[in-house]
Amino acid sequence: MMTAPESMTALRAPLAAVSSGLDLQSSFITTLEGYGLTPATAHLLWLPLPMLLVLVAAVVGVLVNVWLERKISAAVQQRIGPEYAGALGVLQPLADGLKLLFKEDIIPARADGLLFTLGPVLVLIPVILSWLVVPFGQHLLISDVGIGVFLWIALSSIQPIGLLMSGYASNNKYSLLGGLRAAAQSISYEIPLALAVLAVVMMSNSLSTIDIVNQQNGAGILSWNIWRQPVGFLIFWICALAECERLPFDLPEAEEELVAGYQTEYAGMKFALFYLGSYINLVLSALLVAVLYLGGWGFPIPVEWLAGAIGQSVDAPLVQVITGSLGIVMTVLKAYLLVFIAILLRWTLPRVRIDQLLDLGWKFLLPIALVNLLVTAGLKLAFPAFFGG
Amino acid sequence: MTIASFTQWICFLALSAAVVVGSLGVVLLPNIVYSAFLLGGVFLSVAGLYLMLNASFVAAAQVLVYVGAVNVLILFAIMLVNKKETLAEIPGLPLRRLLSGGVCAGLFLLLLRVDVTTPWAVPGPSPAGDDATIKIGMHLFSDYLLPFELASVLLLMAMIGAIVLARRDVYTVDVITGENADQALIEKIRTPLLVETAPDRNPALESTR
Repeated sequence: MMTAPESMTALRAPLAAVSSGLDLQSSFITTLEGYGLTPATAHLLWLPLPMLLVLVAAVVGVLVNVWLERKISAAVQQRIGPEYAGALGVLQPLADGLKLLFKEDIIPARADGLLFTLGPVLVLIPVILSWLVVPFGQHLLISDVGIGVFLWIALSSIQPIGLLMSGYASNNKYSLLGGLRAAAQSISYEIPLALAVLAVVMMSNSLSTIDIVNQQNGAGILSWNIWRQPVGFLIFWICALAECERLPFDLPEAEEELVAGYQTEYAGMKFALFYLGSYINLVLSALLVAVLYLGGWGFPIPVEWLAGAIGQSVDAPLVQVITGSLGIVMTVLKAYLLVFIAILLRWTLPRVRIDQLLDLGWKFLLPIALVNLLVTAGLKLAFPAFFGG
Repeated sequence: MTIASFTQWICFLALSAAVVVGSLGVVLLPNIVYSAFLLGGVFLSVAGLYLMLNASFVAAAQVLVYVGAVNVLILFAIMLVNKKETLAEIPGLPLRRLLSGGVCAGLFLLLLRVDVTTPWAVPGPSPAGDDATIKIGMHLFSDYLLPFELASVLLLMAMIGAIVLARRDVYTVDVITGENADQALIEKIRTPLLVETAPDRNPALESTR
């Protein structure tokens, strides 16, 4: 049987196989030009392909994530978890999704229909757009925009507007308060998050995710940013959990003790959009932690050394195909390791109160992140060889 | 016309239309919440225009600062004080509207004239692209250092002002006992609300028993 992470890898492998070794984009365009199309038309036909692939990868990532959440939660609580929908319950997330798809789409009578519909969309779109900058290999991303991680930070700041919008449009005081709380949480953890990213950017001298990974892959696992930025790593991970509204920071939803916050009035596919958004965001955050601190697509031992040890050139087509696939496996593996930790954290930590949450963000993480930035700047000047002069 | 320039033309038209229609909506809509959300849309469209000028850093900064911070704060302010109350009738409202409309129309005509009479250099200077981030950083820490620092002082003043305004209704004298209030108590108590320290001394609880 093919487990879910393997099927994901299989999905992405074709892209890796060709575009790292043979450059899929140019070969695709040359082929189409052979059929008498202009280069511009061929390029236009190429453009949607990587986007569709990443969209499918994101959705499959969510399905895997939901299945893992159910199974790991069950294991933590010494239950079996889903087991009848497919082998080991792998079809359970699909069943969940279909259930939500066929549920009645309710818009409350006194709610503001337009904003009520627009809210979940505004929550989901920035998260999906952020996949633009997630690299799975040297050339394996949709677009190597120069502003890289900054684009992600900017996009994730749109999300609170969607939360406020859905909270307001529900015309329900619990929804409004929940929306305000969710937005307050989201904007207060964005600042330490951005400062932690800034320290990494300072060491890499670039905002591009490709450059950030390349700067970490000189000596395999030893050169990963987590050793140089342990504090930044922790700050980033805590803030990422808070941004995703994961336990211990899931106050906006707090399923056992509150009305479901800004999601209270939502049902059917609109609720599913929130659900999808939060899980895509979790996978995205895990991928970005892997990119920023765990060497991205890098293997713990540099592939150049391995290729040299067996007497192969790194530029040989077959070696490039293998290293490309290895890069994708490594990225996904690191990301899902972090997702596993996030799920374990969910069942081991108690939820914080709202005042503790804001105190932690503003009075602890923010000063620590500033000190981390200052220390990084000092170390960069003192030891330029180790901290990216 | 190539496909690329055609796409660019369509994007430009769509974004400009979004900016114009959106800003008209911000000014004219009676519901202030709609105005605030539309303002976010206008900011996003302006960011799109920056993106079309190859200024991706400025576009992302526009989204982060104006949509992510300014617009969210505006929405917060509206939603925290969104009372349904009928405002007092302002005398001479039609005349006021006419006057402000006239001023805006005059300003618009002036800008149109500037647009038509200025000899624009077409095509403009070549875009800096991804180097723009470095260039902006250089300028901020060399020739624009003073305005940059002044802006931060301004923000600090605004923040202190906000804190003073938000905490102005702090009592200096304890209402019940008449003694001077301990200012340290204005901070929230650290103990959870449900833990009662001395239940039998609470008169409110006594009366309910």
